[in-house]
Amino acid sequence: MPEASATAGTLEPWRDPQARPYVRIEGVTKRFGEFTAVDDVSLDIFRSELFALLGASGCGKTTLLRMLAGFERPTSGRILIDDQDVTAMPPYERPVNMMFQSYALFPHMSVEQNVAFGLKQDSVPKAELKARVGEALELVQLGPWARRKPHQLSGGQRQRVALARALVKRPKLLLLDEPLAALDKKLREKTQFELMNIQDEVGVTFVVVTHDQEEAMTLSTRMAVMDRGRVMQVGTPSEVYEFPSTRFTADFIGSINVFEGRVRSIDGDLVVVESPQFGGELEVASQARVAQGQTVWVAVRPEKISIAPRGEGGAKEGRRRNAADGVVQDIAYLGDTSVFRVDIGNGTLIEVTQTNLFRSIERPIDWDARVTLSWTANVGLILSE
Amino acid sequence: MSVAARKEQARSDGRVSALGKATWRALRRLPLKGRSAVVAAPYIWLGLFFLVPFIIVLKISLSQMIVARPPFTPLLTWTEGWWPQVQAYLDNYVWLLQDPLYWIAYLNSVKIALISTLGCLLIGYPMAYGIAKAPATARTLLLLMVILPFWTSFLLRVYAWIGILKQNGLINNVLMWLGIIPEPLAMLHNDFSVYVGIIYSYLPFMILPLYANLEKMDVSLLEAAADLGCKPWKAFLSVTLPLSLPGIVAGSMLVFIPAVGEFVIPELLGGPDTLMIGRVLWNEFFNNRDWPVASAVTIVLILVLVIPIVIFQRQQAKTQDVLE
Ligand SMILES: Nc1ncnc2c1ncn2[C@@H]1O[C@H](COP(=O)(O)OP(=O)(O)OP(=O)(O)O)[C@@H](O)[C@H]1O
Ligand SMILES: [Mg+2]
Repeated sequence: MPEASATAGTLEPWRDPQARPYVRIEGVTKRFGEFTAVDDVSLDIFRSELFALLGASGCGKTTLLRMLAGFERPTSGRILIDDQDVTAMPPYERPVNMMFQSYALFPHMSVEQNVAFGLKQDSVPKAELKARVGEALELVQLGPWARRKPHQLSGGQRQRVALARALVKRPKLLLLDEPLAALDKKLREKTQFELMNIQDEVGVTFVVVTHDQEEAMTLSTRMAVMDRGRVMQVGTPSEVYEFPSTRFTADFIGSINVFEGRVRSIDGDLVVVESPQFGGELEVASQARVAQGQTVWVAVRPEKISIAPRGEGGAKEGRRRNAADGVVQDIAYLGDTSVFRVDIGNGTLIEVTQTNLFRSIERPIDWDARVTLSWTANVGLILSE
Repeated sequence: MSVAARKEQARSDGRVSALGKATWRALRRLPLKGRSAVVAAPYIWLGLFFLVPFIIVLKISLSQMIVARPPFTPLLTWTEGWWPQVQAYLDNYVWLLQDPLYWIAYLNSVKIALISTLGCLLIGYPMAYGIAKAPATARTLLLLMVILPFWTSFLLRVYAWIGILKQNGLINNVLMWLGIIPEPLAMLHNDFSVYVGIIYSYLPFMILPLYANLEKMDVSLLEAAADLGCKPWKAFLSVTLPLSLPGIVAGSMLVFIPAVGEFVIPELLGGPDTLMIGRVLWNEFFNNRDWPVASAVTIVLILVLVIPIVIFQRQQAKTQDVLE
């Protein structure tokens, strides 16, 4: 079907084997002395993507970004931008702009001059320069502060100056290091929206570093989850959320219940796992290639588990698969949802999220309530590492 | 000592201690807490070692020379009656104005100091920059080398330059031996040797404040400039240089001010026509024994220096304001 592949090519170029990536990171490693900050990373980023780098503090996100911008030379590996090898190209020649995590605003220049600095290097005519600086400041809502010096601004305002300074040159590739971390929720959402707009309009390719997973989920077309210098998984937000490939990504993105166990039987798609931690058997519909007797982890997202009060008179019906009886230990009311922590015995706590469908002050399930948890075979995941 | 005298002594001792107590109480009443004491310390220092000598010199500059000990007329005299009489003369200042020698000496000193400051800046800036950019281990060693000359006497080091610059000195001998020049260059006892001496002697005073400034400069600013398409040389001009202005000002002051009043270097390395105000001062004081004129020369010199300092200080306070 030619049509289908054309759609895949424009909207999801990473699914199209013919598509040429705009940025190619090929086996890049960066060592600082003995310490390996970035470890054999390979990534393909396509034109007009908004690619998020996600990971805990110190996992090498900034270092990877700095290599893209040209401030660090990879110890080994290559970086190509638009099919050109830029590994050894100095930063001032790269078609790349970066927004620094520390902002790096010029303290002796006003907000306006900071934003205009990049355009001046390209000898943009005065009238156009003024217009573009004005536009950029408008975008980040800093018009009234144009004449101020950076030290007269709040942290969030400085961050917005840094953002405007990186945006104003409309580079082919824009690198943003924690661009929205210091903004309040309203402004952050607005700026996120604006970033997506810019990406749509100008067709800039973004690489955004963040450790806010919610931000990564809303902003990005795809994301890479990093851990200790290595890329653990690359995929669209829903792929990474629904099909994490390792326990690390499963745990890092959202919350998840994980039970260690041993594969007891494999029946077509249905894998049965015996888990002492769960205190019974779990079944998962999975294509994961596992062998009988292998140690695996079964992972279930909290919102995929249903919770119900245990029938009062109902006789205890032994342990069914994917079901457990327990006592509510803790309830967190979050407005739209409630999070329950249920003790199912032998020290195992299971987290369950429920949407608050009805408005009620009286809780149908209260602290210390005896409840039954259950889920279907196709919401679980088998993770082998 | 007679009994009466001893009694008298005891009584006066008592009086002194009573006075001491009163003063102490008065001091206690002042809000002289720890903090104000710390703030007061530099003022007390300046008062004792700058203001008091300044007032004494000012006083002498208003008197007239006499052959006596001390060789000037007293400012205050007690004649008949209770009121002291002030005898102040402005003759010395008028004399300074009338004799062009002094004006030429002042202007020449300022000129030599300015050129030397510029020389120190041109040589010192790259050195300070290099040290600031050197790896941390090399930095300490390089800084040590900058201040190493201070471990030998200043006078000796200036003397050493005579051996280097003179007719059959080190440089001339080497150049002649290499066949670059047919006959020795006249490098000693002229303005050139004075510049060499001043720049050499004051270079560390330029390097150290510049280094302190450049060392704490944020490298990510240069990265940001490069990222925005700015070549290294331009980034230096538009980022590093303006941000190091406070260091440049501090270093220039430290070189310029002592260079204006420099005496030893023009005396040892300068020619007979190298007119600097330090030498004039020396002549007035030691050769002519004219303390009042020497004092007037000093007062004018201080004014010549203080005015630019005040201007610079204001400027610096302003830039500091911007950078904080
Ligand atoms: N110049 C350097 N010399 C030595 N080690 C470095 C250097 N730069 C970074 N590192 C180390 O490399 C690791 C990765 O640093 P990096 O700044 O890339 O982390 P990050 O993922 O951006 O973290 P954060 O989210 O906290 O910003 C850290 O452990 C850091 O200590
Ligand atoms: Mg970082």
